[in-house]
Amino acid sequence: MPKIEPEAMVGAKITNLSLRRWLHSLPGVDKVGLEARAASLGTRSIKTTSKAWALDAAIKMMDLTTLEGMDTPDRVRSLCLKAMTPDPTDPDCPSPAAICVYGDMVQVAKQALGKSGIYVAAVATAFPSGRASVAVKLQDTKDAVKAGADEIDMVIDRGAFLSGNYLEVYKQIQAVKNACVRSDGTTAHLKVILETGELQTYDNIRRASYLAMLAGGDFIKTSTGKVTVNATIPITLLMLQAVRDWYDQTGVLIGIKPAGGIRTAKDAIKYLVVVKEVAGEQWLTPDLFRFGASSLLNDVLMQRQKLKTGNYSGPDYVTVD
Amino acid sequence: MFEYAPAPESRKLVTFQSSYGHFIGGKFTKPSNTYQTISPATEEILAEISTATAKDVDLAVAAARNAYEKVWSKLSGAERGKYLYRIARIIQERARELAIAETLNNGKPIKETRDADIPLVSAWFFYYAGWADKLDYAGLGVNPKAHGVAAQVIPWNFPLMMLAWKIAPALAAGNTVVLKPAETTPLTALLFAEICQQAGLPDGVVNIITGFGQSGADLIAHKDVNKVAFTGSTGVGRLIAKQVAGTNKKVTLELGGKAANIVFDDAPLDQAVEGIINGIFFNQGHVCCAGSRLLVQESIQDELLKKLKKRMETLKLGDPLDKNTDIGAINSKVQLDKITKLVKLGVKEGGEAWAPNCEIPKKGFWYAPTVITGVAPTNTVVREEIFGPVLSVLSFRTPAEAVAKANNTPFGLSAGIWSEKGSRILKVADQLNAGVIWANTFNQFDPASPFGGFKESGYGREGGRHGLLAYLKGDN
Repeated sequence: MPKIEPEAMVGAKITNLSLRRWLHSLPGVDKVGLEARAASLGTRSIKTTSKAWALDAAIKMMDLTTLEGMDTPDRVRSLCLKAMTPDPTDPDCPSPAAICVYGDMVQVAKQALGKSGIYVAAVATAFPSGRASVAVKLQDTKDAVKAGADEIDMVIDRGAFLSGNYLEVYKQIQAVKNACVRSDGTTAHLKVILETGELQTYDNIRRASYLAMLAGGDFIKTSTGKVTVNATIPITLLMLQAVRDWYDQTGVLIGIKPAGGIRTAKDAIKYLVVVKEVAGEQWLTPDLFRFGASSLLNDVLMQRQKLKTGNYSGPDYVTVD
Repeated sequence: MFEYAPAPESRKLVTFQSSYGHFIGGKFTKPSNTYQTISPATEEILAEISTATAKDVDLAVAAARNAYEKVWSKLSGAERGKYLYRIARIIQERARELAIAETLNNGKPIKETRDADIPLVSAWFFYYAGWADKLDYAGLGVNPKAHGVAAQVIPWNFPLMMLAWKIAPALAAGNTVVLKPAETTPLTALLFAEICQQAGLPDGVVNIITGFGQSGADLIAHKDVNKVAFTGSTGVGRLIAKQVAGTNKKVTLELGGKAANIVFDDAPLDQAVEGIINGIFFNQGHVCCAGSRLLVQESIQDELLKKLKKRMETLKLGDPLDKNTDIGAINSKVQLDKITKLVKLGVKEGGEAWAPNCEIPKKGFWYAPTVITGVAPTNTVVREEIFGPVLSVLSFRTPAEAVAKANNTPFGLSAGIWSEKGSRILKVADQLNAGVIWANTFNQFDPASPFGGFKESGYGREGGRHGLLAYLKGDN
């Protein structure tokens, strides 16, 4: 994959001023138009074979998540087992792409998942608020990487972003990216959480997306799932436009992960429609698209069973996690 | 990969009779002089339709006159409003059936009839139902009077919506009507006749006659008609204006257009692309206010066209009853031939036509969404209304040039402006000669908003209080 040269992209040495000029020269976002487009894609009718494909795809592109203060090693293990065998009645049921946990659970998850091929993603950098010194954020990242995390979900410094200190946000992402490098030289995959619910405007979300891509994020992710507004279809659509345009300009493929609030198979299918029609089918792979979700899996499993048997089984026939 | 499986809307919800007469005086006449109406997507015959003769027109106008004198003009506004509310509610109740019927007979996608056409139809009736007992506040003084019998001739592009635009204000103001739908799309008007019966509307208040141009001409020429309302081509509009000159008939005409959709370099680009798509490919471009001329600022032309073409590749053309179809069928062979001829001419005159690679069904009338670049204001495709999914692209350098090019047309129905700068939008809007100007959006309709054109796009307004005035005495 081609490597981007940030200075060439911005057309100047990276300073707060040059970043500001670059980000503020991006085309604006019309709220009404964006939301209308999202609503219109929401009316797509996905039936039979395409529904079956979409349900399986939704599982394969899932970061099955548990991010609670009361998480226990047992709970994480149980989630890992569920990821390995989501539907005990159907050996053909695919597995989620990854398990997403706090840093201290990485080892537990790694052990439980063994050689299943399911990744472990760890949230880091003082998730979810990001309110800690840079040194602490970097140590948080390094600990998770050392414990075996395949992927790191970091949060950006929203305070710095909203105050216009784009350079600080940029530098922090770069520093975290460096902290993702393992002792053997390989790198944990970096997802950059923009926490779109706190960025207030669509223009800000587009700018934050570009900033994260410029700084070297492998994925841009909407939300922590810990604030009032998490992933929405319009926000995801906007970020898909950003990764699509970025690819057109640079040849670099950036992934995207809506997270938080996606609970039903119906919602998940809407997201897949948006991915297909806005960014293109190229993005319909776990390498470039993930759902961050906890309760979504069970609803998808129920819909899968319904499609196979014609009957709804009900929540007793899928496992609690 | 992720291909959408067929998701067709069920046809079973709508039943057409095998043949229809005219709806005169509350009853259907015996079918006579029939022709076949088809589904333009499959060429399947849907029903036999009668052609109105001068005698049928006579009967219909007489029924309307009788209903006006004896019943409708004697009812209070509140009573008239009651019927209109009832019609509006029945339309909502039968929305799905009407959407399917419209899609079958017109060829437009079910997504549009379901989400745009039919909801607007009921909205129009609800809106004007509210006016019926408030005519004192229309701005014409106390107790303004209706004209009497209104003759209304409507086009095939939004069959039931155009009917609503015509009938709702006419009845609210106290007129009775004789309406003729277009020859290719009579079925929803005939279903509407059934709805009038279902609503218990007094006989003769609404009369619907079907047929070709001659039936419409006979209706408009009828001596006992007080008010003429027409939506259609500028050519026919001209004939009508000549025909009614020197009579006491009041006229409103809503005619053609060649709208400029102006995109400035500070536009919200992704939304502008959606607006361009919606502006020209909504309803296969069979829209009088379609944004058929894209005027794009030179500095962003390449980027915008690239995005536009990429977006066009995602448009799904095909079975209009499929819920995922974006582009349906062209309404008739005649229209398809006209579009084909004009695009060929555009290419001959030096334009470059581009269309995404989409499979065209074997039966029916279809035209792939097309963009023509490399054209100038002198080209035929830039000047003439194509009334199809064909977009001509021109560029400009300065706002003054954009305005000059936008106004350089005999039409003046609508325009669009795309810019993030509010003051620019207001200034440019002020300089454009168009009846409707959309800013950072396109093709938005609301019963409360007046709609109509300048110059050869016609005169009079439909919608809102202005649309009501056309059906009351004392206007002008």
